[in-house]
Order: sequence, then C-alpha cells, then structure tokens
Amino acid sequence: MTDKRMTEDEVVAELRSGMTIGIGGWGSRRKPMSLVRAICRSDLQDLTIVSYGGPDVGLLLAAGKVKHLVFGFVSLDSVPLEPHFQAARQNGTVTVSEWDEGMLQWGLYAAASRLSFLPLRSGLGSDVLTVNPDLKRVTSPYEDATEYVAVPALPLDAALVHLNRADAAGNGQYLGPDAYFDDLFCGAAGRAYLSCERVVPTAELTAAGPVQSLLIRRSEVAGVVEAPNGAHFTTCEPDYGRDEAFQREYVQAARDPETWAAFHDRYLSGDEQAYQAAVTANALEAVR
Amino acid sequence: MSVQTDVRTEVDPATVTRAEVCIAACADAWRGDGEILASPMMTVPTIAARTARATFEPDLLLSDGESRLYTGTWAIGETPPLDRVEGYVPFRRIFDILWSGKRHVMMSPSQVDRFGNANISALGEFARPSRQLLGVRGAPGNTVNHPTSYWIPKHSTRVFVEHVDMVAGVGYDRARAEGGDVERDVEIRRVVTNLAVLDFSGPERAMRLASVHPGVTVDQVVEATGFALDVPAEVPESRLPTAEELRIIREVVDPRGLRDKEVRA
Repeated sequence: MTDKRMTEDEVVAELRSGMTIGIGGWGSRRKPMSLVRAICRSDLQDLTIVSYGGPDVGLLLAAGKVKHLVFGFVSLDSVPLEPHFQAARQNGTVTVSEWDEGMLQWGLYAAASRLSFLPLRSGLGSDVLTVNPDLKRVTSPYEDATEYVAVPALPLDAALVHLNRADAAGNGQYLGPDAYFDDLFCGAAGRAYLSCERVVPTAELTAAGPVQSLLIRRSEVAGVVEAPNGAHFTTCEPDYGRDEAFQREYVQAARDPETWAAFHDRYLSGDEQAYQAAVTANALEAVR
Repeated sequence: MSVQTDVRTEVDPATVTRAEVCIAACADAWRGDGEILASPMMTVPTIAARTARATFEPDLLLSDGESRLYTGTWAIGETPPLDRVEGYVPFRRIFDILWSGKRHVMMSPSQVDRFGNANISALGEFARPSRQLLGVRGAPGNTVNHPTSYWIPKHSTRVFVEHVDMVAGVGYDRARAEGGDVERDVEIRRVVTNLAVLDFSGPERAMRLASVHPGVTVDQVVEATGFALDVPAEVPESRLPTAEELRIIREVVDPRGLRDKEVRA
C-alpha cells in the first residue's frame, strides 16, 4: 500500500487559489483545524468553502481566504454565533449559498455518486429558493408528479477531514460519537486529505474500535497528515473535548480588530508547532 | 420506572413560577405524539420534553442532543449511564428521521410571523444582513416534513413581526402556496412564550391567542405582538403543571433551577 503521509504544508502546496474546498466535521466538532491553519498561513485566496461551519470557516474568513461560502449554518455550538462569520456577512465581504443542512448532504452525496442532482423536499416553501435563484425544481416523472428541489451536486476540488486514527495508506477511523459527513466530503472531492490524531499500523485500527468505525477507505484519500491535537480547539472525542476556555478567548478576541491582532500574534503568526506550543503555554498559565 | 400510587396532591398556584407554566405549555406541544423523536432546542423545551415523557407521553424518543437515544429521565447537564442508551442517532440519522416525518422539533426563532414563518438565518437584507444569525440550519426541512413548535423566551414586537426577514421555517401561507406534500405536512403545532400560548386556528390558519399565562393580560400579549393577533372573545388561562410534573421538573430534571435563567417574569 502506498504511504501517503505528508505535512500540512505539503497538503496546502497541492491546493490552488480559486478551488472549491469541503471541510468535514460539524460546527465546533472534529474540524481539521491544523490544515485550516496551514491554509491561513499560505498565499491561497478566492476559495469556495463548503462546510457544516464552525471556527474553520471563521478562521478562513478572518484570514481573507474565502470568496464564496456554501453552508447550512456556522456556529461554535457552545457559543451559538461565529464572530468572524457574522462580521464577514454583515460587512458583505463574502458571497454565500445558504442551504438547508440536508440539502448540503444531498449535494455532497450527488457529487460522490456522480449524479448531477438529487431530489429533496427540504427547501420548498422557504426563502432558500428565493436567495439562491440558481436552485431549480424538478417534477417526478412518475404518476405522482410531485415537485422537489433539485439539489445540485457539490463537486469539490479538495476535501479536508480530521479523524482519530488512520494508517499511512489513508484508512481512516473515527472513535467519537458521530461520523458527521466526512465520508461524503471525501467522496465528493477530487482529492481528499485526512489528518488524524495518530497514524497507526493497519493492524491497530480494529484493536481501537469496531470495524464499523473504519469510516474512510484509502481509495478515497490522497494524503494523510499526522496532527496530534490537530482539531484544537474543536472536539475530537474520545481523544479530547472542546477547549471551551480557548474558544471563549477566540470569541472575545474576534470582537475587535485590535484584540484579534493580539490573538493572531500570540497563536497564529507561527507554524503549527508554534501554535500548539502557545496553546500549551496558555493552558499552563491558566493552571497557575 | 417506579410505580406511583395515585395520590393527587393539590398544587398551590402561589408556588408555581412562570417558567414552570411555560414548561407545562411546552410539554403539551408533544401531547399525543406517541412514538416519535422529540427534539427540543433550548432549556425550557428540553425540561418540557423530558417531563412530558416522564408523565403523559411515555413513548417519546429523546436524545442527548449528540448521538444517543436514552431511556428514563435525567437532569439538564447530566449524561445518563451507558445502560440507558436505546439507540444511535448521529446527525445523518437525524436527517433520515426528519425526512420520515417521525419527529417533532421545538425551535426558538428570532422572528416569527402571523402564519408561522420563522427566521433563524439573518436579520435585515439577506445580501448584507444587519445581524447575521445561525443560518437556516435544518429549519426548511424540519417544517415541511414533520410537526414544529416554537419557544419564544421573550415575547416582543421584535420577534412577532408582520413579515420575517428570511423564511427559514415554512409557515402556513407559504405551505398553501406551495401545495402538495408541503401543504399536507406543514404543521406548526403551537408557539409558547413567556406570556402566552398561541396556535394557528385563526382565519386561514393565522396565529390565534390560545391562552395567557396566570398573571398576564390579553392586552399585554396584544401589545407585545407586532401584527394583528386573532383574539377570541374568551381567552382561557394557561394550565398549571400537575403536582407530578412539578416534582419531575424541580427534583429530577432541573434541580439547579436553570429554567429561571431563561424565563424572567
């Protein structure tokens, strides 16, 4: 099996400005944050981001990387509203396709299944169809002639997901409460990049969890990044929960440009190692 | 579940708080629903759903808001033991359930209008909102697939508006215009607020005042509503929780009194 291990920066080197990139996880849960931080450090721009959004979307917006956003929500879960997302929408610095959560799933599934659209009831009657005039309806060709939303496929140039474990070939395993839609993001993508807490020998995967926890097949994966604490500050159960104190600090800092600049200097001005060191130093400080 | 002897203790109305009246009113939203998934979002509806199941609606399915269905009754903020897990409902399966229709959600929109259209997305012009909220989330799908109720902790003309800025949750006028499955399945069961209970049995399914909470006048509700509310000649008072419901609320589900943080009245 091909060894697909690479670094965050090597993943980013394979991406291009203007690409459509899907990000796995959900809200502030199991987000591939080390890959997101690497994009923030890069010279990539004008990205279209598809996400059940959390601080991944917030950080990319704050770094000015996003041209267009396809989403059903952007939330930090324990803090309902994402401050950078709010600012970007209220300042009109990003264009959006705001869809129902289920429509997003259908769009990814359609792309993964090489279909141009899938029919869905969700969206009918709502302003999702008004604010997205590109969305079309489809009528059942059968006797019922029911009308549906024709949810267009959401093909991705690249997908980024973070799992608990993977082997070097890209067999990925989740050990937490929910797979979210990570497998669909990978399936919908031309190239999928999987970061994980630990790269383990293949034989160790089934020792860590039931065979059903093997969510991602290596045939879907272009690159594997070992990223311990890589989902920080989002959840990565059971390896760690959300760093709520850090998330609060992030939210506070995002409220004005000066405090955000200080936050950026402290945590985001260096590489991933520097970020993790600053987070550890901060946690030690809090204990004292 | 323990077998209770049927000793009806009298409830002293003076001891019942507004939050507890709201919980009973929210619990009643799921009355008669049977074996479906009850999905409350905020504190008062969460207490209400658990209270409903512990008393008059024992077949409801309840999740931890994460990915597990649990049996029994547990406190806000607590995780029940593993041997009480009865099912696995990751988000993808929640979509399956909601598309099947076997769910009744209680959401808390920032705006709701006369026909039950609801906004959780953004305030102001959509292209550049004056205040960005969550996004539509699952509201478009929820409302056209299964019963939906709303919990409004602070009844005001800012929430109850003539027209919502963005229709995330579909109301009756939109459903009628859509026709078909949508018209058939949209059901906005009730709206519970800190002042009153409202339903949609007014003319053309417009919002009607169903009851006012003890200590609230009809005029107060009308004044706090930004559109012409359908008000029947006789408006009953919202019911008090039963003694058993109060015991569940106070001793089992919310011993820390979080309900009073969500309802101030």
